[in-house]
Amino acid sequence: MTSKRWAYEDLTEGRVFDLGSRTVSREEILEFAGEFDAQPMHLDEEAGLKSLLGGLSASGWHTCSVFMRMMCDAFLLDSTTEGSPGIAELRWRKPVLAGDTLGGTSTVVSRRRLKSRPEMGLVTFRHVIRNQRNEAVLESENPILFRLRDPGAAE
Amino acid sequence: MSLDAFLRIGETATLGSHTFTAEEIKRFAAKYDPQPFHTDEEAARKSIFGRLCASGWHTCAMWMRYNLKYREQAARWDGPGPRPTFGPSPGFSNLKWLKPVYAGDTITFTRTALWHRPLASRPGWRLVSLRGGAFNANNEAVLEFENVILLKVE
Repeated sequence: MTSKRWAYEDLTEGRVFDLGSRTVSREEILEFAGEFDAQPMHLDEEAGLKSLLGGLSASGWHTCSVFMRMMCDAFLLDSTTEGSPGIAELRWRKPVLAGDTLGGTSTVVSRRRLKSRPEMGLVTFRHVIRNQRNEAVLESENPILFRLRDPGAAE
Repeated sequence: MSLDAFLRIGETATLGSHTFTAEEIKRFAAKYDPQPFHTDEEAARKSIFGRLCASGWHTCAMWMRYNLKYREQAARWDGPGPRPTFGPSPGFSNLKWLKPVYAGDTITFTRTALWHRPLASRPGWRLVSLRGGAFNANNEAVLEFENVILLKVE
């Protein structure tokens, strides 16, 4: 038995997790871009304004990482998760600009037990991250593995 | 030179190799993905991964670092016109974290450009399709994905 709040059994179709709120600062954008994605539009205000993104904007991989942290804090760290095999689809819908405050939801769209590992199940989520103007900036669908709370029980 | 030659359409380019240290795995995870199997050796031993491993997003971000390095240094352009410049990407699909990237693993990153076509909505821009990959020292794929990216061609 687990002391975690969220196990496979709890993740029924239609369940929605609120991902809280997180502001992406200029300093954080510069730090991430400096290490992983040192393109002018992620490092320099002027270059950002002249780019298609219209301002100093976070690397898309940074937005993904912030989204990951929001999921961790909202439910993953208090769950039986054993990681994810991948991301079926992810769209960067709008740029994330310095100072933007992000929020969002993760919604269970389907789930199934694993034949190869009866103590686990794969839960597919639809994720939407929005900015303070309620515009979707990131949309994604992906499966995440969770242990069952009680693998012996009939479902 | 043709855009096909510039992008090396159909060829798999090696972008570079990176050794993931336990320290950097934990540093990235502490900020963005503090699941126990990315932050703590002991907890990782009890997880299905068996050992401390990098956040999947850390592997993706590192792919981007080496992709940029390649783009800036290795890709030659001798005209006509100014060197084409890459813009933003609308997203990716079929991203698979096929194997864990463990502390101490040396990962080699690859990129294959598949096609490019004009972008009807933005004159002067083209859409380029890429396949990204990453392999460990045993040549096992640890990451793959399909990505499209904008390219400005004057």
